[in-house]
Amino acid sequence: MSDITKQALSELVENIKSKKLSSSEVTKAFVERSEKSKYLNAYITEDYANALNKAKKFDEKPNLDLKLPGIPMAVKDLFCTRDLRTTAGSKILNNFVPTYESTVTQNIWNEGGILMGKLNCDEFAMGSSNETSFFGNVQNPIDKNLVPGGSSGGSSCAVAAQLTPITIGTDTGGSIRQPASFTGTVGLKPTYGSCSRYGIVAFASSLDQAGPMAQNVKDCALLQEVISTYDEKDSTSTDFKRNEYSKELKKDIKGKKIGIPKEYRVDGMPKEIEDLWKKGIEYAKDCGAEIIDISLPHTNYALPTYYIVAPAEASSNLARYDGVKYGFRAEGENLIDMYENTRSEGFGAEVQRRIMIGTYVLSSGYYDAYYLKAQKVRKLIKNDFDNAYKKVDAILTPSTPSSAFKIGEKTNDPVSMYLNDIFTVPVNLAGLPGISIPAGHDTRGYPLGLQIIGKAFDEQNILNIAYAMEEKINFKNNITDWWIK
Amino acid sequence: MSIDLKTIKHISKLSRISVDEKKAEKLAGDLNSIFDFIEKLNELKTDNVEPLTSVAETTLKLRSDEVKSKNLRDQVIKNSPKENEDYFVVPKVIE
Repeated sequence: MSDITKQALSELVENIKSKKLSSSEVTKAFVERSEKSKYLNAYITEDYANALNKAKKFDEKPNLDLKLPGIPMAVKDLFCTRDLRTTAGSKILNNFVPTYESTVTQNIWNEGGILMGKLNCDEFAMGSSNETSFFGNVQNPIDKNLVPGGSSGGSSCAVAAQLTPITIGTDTGGSIRQPASFTGTVGLKPTYGSCSRYGIVAFASSLDQAGPMAQNVKDCALLQEVISTYDEKDSTSTDFKRNEYSKELKKDIKGKKIGIPKEYRVDGMPKEIEDLWKKGIEYAKDCGAEIIDISLPHTNYALPTYYIVAPAEASSNLARYDGVKYGFRAEGENLIDMYENTRSEGFGAEVQRRIMIGTYVLSSGYYDAYYLKAQKVRKLIKNDFDNAYKKVDAILTPSTPSSAFKIGEKTNDPVSMYLNDIFTVPVNLAGLPGISIPAGHDTRGYPLGLQIIGKAFDEQNILNIAYAMEEKINFKNNITDWWIK
Repeated sequence: MSIDLKTIKHISKLSRISVDEKKAEKLAGDLNSIFDFIEKLNELKTDNVEPLTSVAETTLKLRSDEVKSKNLRDQVIKNSPKENEDYFVVPKVIE
């Protein structure tokens, strides 16, 4: 079988289960393609030799009842992996080798997944283009010098370029859905509390969620089924009845009520995004859904709220990087000097900027004006969704206000970079699930995504809607392997 | 509002991130444009709104107070930049 890496996850699983392919053959194919694709810079740390060994061991005694039987997979470098360096894209964790495993990755290995390596990401997941990584830019396989989105940019690149059949990312303000949209792939941000945060390098704890990224909705559902478990090691993990998402996946969405929020028609939105959205509405109607106009009146306040809440939580979470217990240390004349030099040399510019914003909004005299205010507006944003869900089952919006942009295009203007997340951030603030599916191309042929937002813990419903629409849309990613010489 | 260099120096001290003059100026510019954008929230009246501290709909679970992991000394020390048997080593604090 020559085109192993062209197969989607469910095909690979089937072929391994029916013994048409071995785990070793599959792993070797993805390792070889990853090695030929170094130009994309998708990996921070490769673990190919171990992956091939694990595949060999799997083949000696295959357990074909597992959900991911001998399936190789690279994961975002924000998940702690025991005995394999975990950097979070930062110099300050350049030499950090965890002695424990994140719950989400452990769930994957328990179901037969095999780790191939750690994928590039924005430093501490702070960015929308993967340009803040200490380990350099990632190329979007769609076109040269195009960003793959961020912060899960290595993940979106690796799935789109077929260096890994499937992967996981994390999403604090759009970091799964925006890169999925930029690369023509599918990305799900689950409900807050669905996937354990244990062992994920923390950015903003009240917003962070891990989720699957895949070539299609079915694969996404299968991986979600594997990674979403109740975990007592995460105090915000929610103990609810989880579906077998892939088994219960169905295309019949007749009579589902889908809301179209008028506030997402933002100023200066390119016509191609507006057109894509209209097309999406037609696809949903074709599938038998009922379209209902709704209002989410506080949408415009979501980004300013996010840029208080997220940096505030980040400044607290990142206080632990002090050069004492682990990670990078810069020497200093005394203890305080050592702290200040370590953090000044160890963190990149965007991370320092966000720590400073967070420190300021939490500092004495400003807490009420900023942080408390933002928490109140966050409540209003959540209320908007609660009200909308009295009338509809799900909400359809564009995933991003534009297609992928060029490397370097937005690095000098933090606010214009932040605007990328305008459609994804409200979902994190309200703790809801959202999925981005590829739905069309812009005039240059770059992919564009649509986002379906669901009620809390209603992943099955948005997966079903995505599954039904995916068939109608019939999207094809146009990837030419231009980076392989 | 405007964040001046003095404020940047103060935040830098609180954040334990050293900044020189050039970096402070760049940060002041960036932070001012970000805070201009954040000020939009002042358009909203929120006097009677309860702040949302967590979207998790669960209350914290109680568990029995048992030690589950022990003898982790080697693991805890393993990534230390400088170690001396059982201790993390830092620059001298007490003269």
